[in-house]
Amino acid sequence: MDATLPIIILALPLFMFLFLGLLGKYMSHRLAGILGTAGMGVTLICAYTVAFTYFFSGNPDFINADGERLQQIVFNVTWLQFTPSLVLRLGFLIDPISAMMLVVITTISFMVHLYSNGYMRDHHGVWEKGFQRFYAFLSLFSFSMLGLVVATNIFQMYIFWELVGASSYLLIGFYYTRPSAVSASKKAFIVTRFADLGFLIGILILSFYAGTFDFTQLTSVAVEGLNNVYQVSEGTANSILTLFTENPASTFMGASVLTWALVLIFMGGMGKSAMMPLHIWLPDAMEGPTPVSALIHAATMVVAGVYLVARLFPLYLMETAALNIIVVVGALTAFYAAMVACVQIDIKRVLAFSTISQIAFMMVSLGVARPEFHHGLGYMASMFHLFTHAMFKALLFLCAGALIHAIGSNDYTAMHGLRKYMPITHITFLIGCLAIAGIIPFAGFFSKDEILTACFGHSIFWYIWMSLVAGLTAFYMFRLYFLIFWWKEHKVHDPHHAPHDQAWTMTLPLVILAVVSCLAGFVPFGNLVTWNGHPMFESVNFFTNLANLDWSVAAISLTVAVVAILIAMKMYKTENELPAKMRNALPALWDWCYHRFYWDELYMFITHRIIFGLVCKPIAWFDRHIIDGTMDGFATITNKASWSIRGLQSGNVQMYVWIYLIGVILLGSITAICLL
Amino acid sequence: MDYSQFLAMKQEIGLLIVFLLVFLYDTFMPKKALNATAGFTCGVFAIFTVASFCCLSACEYTSAFAGMYVTGPVMSTIKNILNVGVLIVLIQATQWANSEFQIMRRGEFYELLLLTLFGMYLMISARHFLLFVIGLESASLPLAAMVAFDKKHYESHEAAIKYILTAVFSSAIFMMGLSFVYGLSGSLYFSDIYSALGAANSVMLTMAIAFVISGIGFKLSLVPFHLWTADVYQGAPTSVTSYLSVISKGAAAFAFLVILVQAFGQFYSDAWEWMLYALIILTITVGNLFAIRQRNMKRFLAFSSVSQAGYIMLGVIAYNTTGLASMMYYILVYIFSNLAAFGVIGAIENATGKLDMTDYNGLYKTNPRLSVAMMLAMFSLAGIPPFAGFFSKFFIFTGAIQQGSTAIYVLVLIALINTIISLYYYLLVVKAMFINTENECVIPSFRSSCSERLGLWISVAGIILLGIVSCFYNAILSMTSSGTLLLEL
Repeated sequence: MDATLPIIILALPLFMFLFLGLLGKYMSHRLAGILGTAGMGVTLICAYTVAFTYFFSGNPDFINADGERLQQIVFNVTWLQFTPSLVLRLGFLIDPISAMMLVVITTISFMVHLYSNGYMRDHHGVWEKGFQRFYAFLSLFSFSMLGLVVATNIFQMYIFWELVGASSYLLIGFYYTRPSAVSASKKAFIVTRFADLGFLIGILILSFYAGTFDFTQLTSVAVEGLNNVYQVSEGTANSILTLFTENPASTFMGASVLTWALVLIFMGGMGKSAMMPLHIWLPDAMEGPTPVSALIHAATMVVAGVYLVARLFPLYLMETAALNIIVVVGALTAFYAAMVACVQIDIKRVLAFSTISQIAFMMVSLGVARPEFHHGLGYMASMFHLFTHAMFKALLFLCAGALIHAIGSNDYTAMHGLRKYMPITHITFLIGCLAIAGIIPFAGFFSKDEILTACFGHSIFWYIWMSLVAGLTAFYMFRLYFLIFWWKEHKVHDPHHAPHDQAWTMTLPLVILAVVSCLAGFVPFGNLVTWNGHPMFESVNFFTNLANLDWSVAAISLTVAVVAILIAMKMYKTENELPAKMRNALPALWDWCYHRFYWDELYMFITHRIIFGLVCKPIAWFDRHIIDGTMDGFATITNKASWSIRGLQSGNVQMYVWIYLIGVILLGSITAICLL
Repeated sequence: MDYSQFLAMKQEIGLLIVFLLVFLYDTFMPKKALNATAGFTCGVFAIFTVASFCCLSACEYTSAFAGMYVTGPVMSTIKNILNVGVLIVLIQATQWANSEFQIMRRGEFYELLLLTLFGMYLMISARHFLLFVIGLESASLPLAAMVAFDKKHYESHEAAIKYILTAVFSSAIFMMGLSFVYGLSGSLYFSDIYSALGAANSVMLTMAIAFVISGIGFKLSLVPFHLWTADVYQGAPTSVTSYLSVISKGAAAFAFLVILVQAFGQFYSDAWEWMLYALIILTITVGNLFAIRQRNMKRFLAFSSVSQAGYIMLGVIAYNTTGLASMMYYILVYIFSNLAAFGVIGAIENATGKLDMTDYNGLYKTNPRLSVAMMLAMFSLAGIPPFAGFFSKFFIFTGAIQQGSTAIYVLVLIALINTIISLYYYLLVVKAMFINTENECVIPSFRSSCSERLGLWISVAGIILLGIVSCFYNAILSMTSSGTLLLEL
């Protein structure tokens, strides 16, 4: 592939960031918005071209005679060369998952750019303060995310991973005058940064033993006769495993070093993807503007962890212990987040917990994927769900944004009965809910069904568990839907200020994403994205996914979803006493769910009482007295020494010559005496 | 005699042509046109720089005049690096050279400067001590005239006298060392010395090496041969000081490496590694200790450049190709950083005549752009990422550590501790400009001339780009490590 388009994909968002960031204040708000959106539009076109060329051109660089998809390094420049082997490169790797991610990121990012033109101004058309800055940050984020997914090596991924974290920090704290936004951004940064510590250690361990950062050297083999084209290979991963096992220090605290490396790398993913117990930042991150939540905290950044595991999947296959850990973490998180989502009042928080739960679905799906079962169905299902989830969750968030914009509050208690006032938002939100609940034929049905099938193939226990979580998902989403749009009539104080559908810039993305959410399920993912590029179906048409369903699983999951929706309907469609009764029947459970199982309080206790009190205070004392004392001592000595030798610089040239001569003679004679 | 050998000296010949053009222009053009001498020189030299850079890819390893003179990609690169520095110096000097007092003599300034550069070219390419001494002297003596250029200033004369006295003294010591070497080996060719001396070491040889080191150490202002530096830097016109501190040093450092490796390579661990070891520690530390006290900006930068020379020497003591590459990169970065600092100082001196660090208090309020340029220069000199200085320090430490002995680790540790000390005094300047704003600002807001701004823009761009864009270092590294061993430079 020619490197022009890939370079544009990365360079344009970066350029827009610099351009809007440096010159934004000299241009009007409207112009900044249009420029930002146009820049992202061009990036979108380039990314689509690249992805479609990759998937459908049939070029032998991208697909071999057996229909297996290959990886190509489009360009790879040396950035820092420390030693011949320790080289940091920046490049562009195109393979099924990166091509898919290019589509996801640019689509959602473009929608959000467009949507923000309407969202970031109030009802009177007055622009938010810092509107240009907002677009600059959006561009920065898009750049970092694109750089992350096309990384050719794990170090490049780490660099962009941190950039993503930094831009997320900037966007969450966009309303920096609000203390809650500031503390939320700080929290997000600290928690993910803490997780990245594990990631970095994992990278160092992995690359120390494997001797390389490159993904292609870790998980694939070069295809003969073609330049820079690779194929995913279990054999390479296996030889990496051998490198580890042949090393004398191959185990550490009972687990093999490779397991440690992979689990630590997964820890980084846990932070970014908000897996328990590192999930606490995501609900708070909802303090950012809603389009940001749609872009970063629903569709793109939070799936970085999933992407990371998928990227290194052949290595994880070598250490199923690590995969089992992923399954357990994912399953617990999915259940926990679904429980919490059932009782939250703030609609964005419900969506946030829903996101955590859905990402956990993807993680579980990766964890249960094995080549023995349907060519690693779980891997494909996970990526499929990542794709569909990005679309419908972004849709739901953008709908929530429209609601919040219309009502001026995040609580559903201020909404109720909006279906008549905001019909487009209503329909699109409903489509989003149907998609996430897994109702045929919406997108979520297909991907979730594949995940459940994969779980079924792995262990019956996790299958039942995840089906239960899927039921909970349907319940809380429809609870939200009914509470917002039904429950009781909306009280309109002033007919001139009745809530209404928003401007076209905000409505158009909703409609587009709703259409995508209806259709995305029919994309024959099995032939596009699999763990080793091997296609799953002989031939494809529009109904391939439908024809290849495992109907026993599908029927059960459909039944569960429909029952859950019916319960939600019974409880929340019209105003009644049932929810209050339920709440009073199980007060303890409700309390725990409402307070998110007191995770935040636990963290507060650990950090403030234990870490600050028992660890930090002694360290602070040590720092103040011992370290500072030593430094002060150095400074004093330096100062004294500086005073004492000032006489040498007398200004007297005869003296200079004398010192010169004595210096030479001393230099020669001392060396001669010592060495001869 | 085969006259085609002269073709190997393309760069030298090009430089001579530039010199002749400037000379003829200055001598024969009507008086009116002489106002353009500075612009003319800059233009011609810029063309020469670009042309010489373009020839770089075609440059092959060639030796001429029975091996007295060699050139090759590495040598051509270091000459190109010096050219870039000289170009910036020329641009920055325009304002000063056109000032009232200098008008009569400004042609001479450019001619002398180009001649010394020619001497440095010879130092770099010489593989015979005779040619080397010619280069060394023609790089030293005209400098004395340049130092004395400010006829109205008493300090300028004093500086020139001090410079010439110490330079002559150091030359004498250097020649004595050479005569020892000649007596022991019977030749002045580097390669013949290498083979004739064998591995036999003696007191006389050690002394000879010490004398040779001191001769070039004088040019580099290594401690204890540095004492002239502060007085000369302070007394000389700022443009000359900046030339002395970067170009002259860069050329000498490279020649130093060539001599030590090619003539005395077999005595690395027996003799000169330890001499250099002691000199580096002394240079870095003493330079830093003196720099802390200085309040005059030029004197301050003089000591800062003393300690920077110590860092450059780390590339020599590494005695490997990475060391060579990192040393060349260090020189390149050092040229940009130091010239940015001198550019600001020169601009302020030309406009207001102020040179004291306390005068810089609150400079940010009156001249924000100059302060930012100065800040970047200080950050780069101190080695703060992501500016170029950080990477050059990093690579030069990497190169030294690859040598592998424990002693070198200790040396790098000492150098690292010294970077902390240096951070203090570099930040003092930044603090003065940005934080000490309570009192009245001494330097009024002024607009620097076009040439000064151009020079500063180039330097600042260099500081930032060399830090972020990696291809420069990678190119140098791949060139030094591909094929050309240190002995065949």
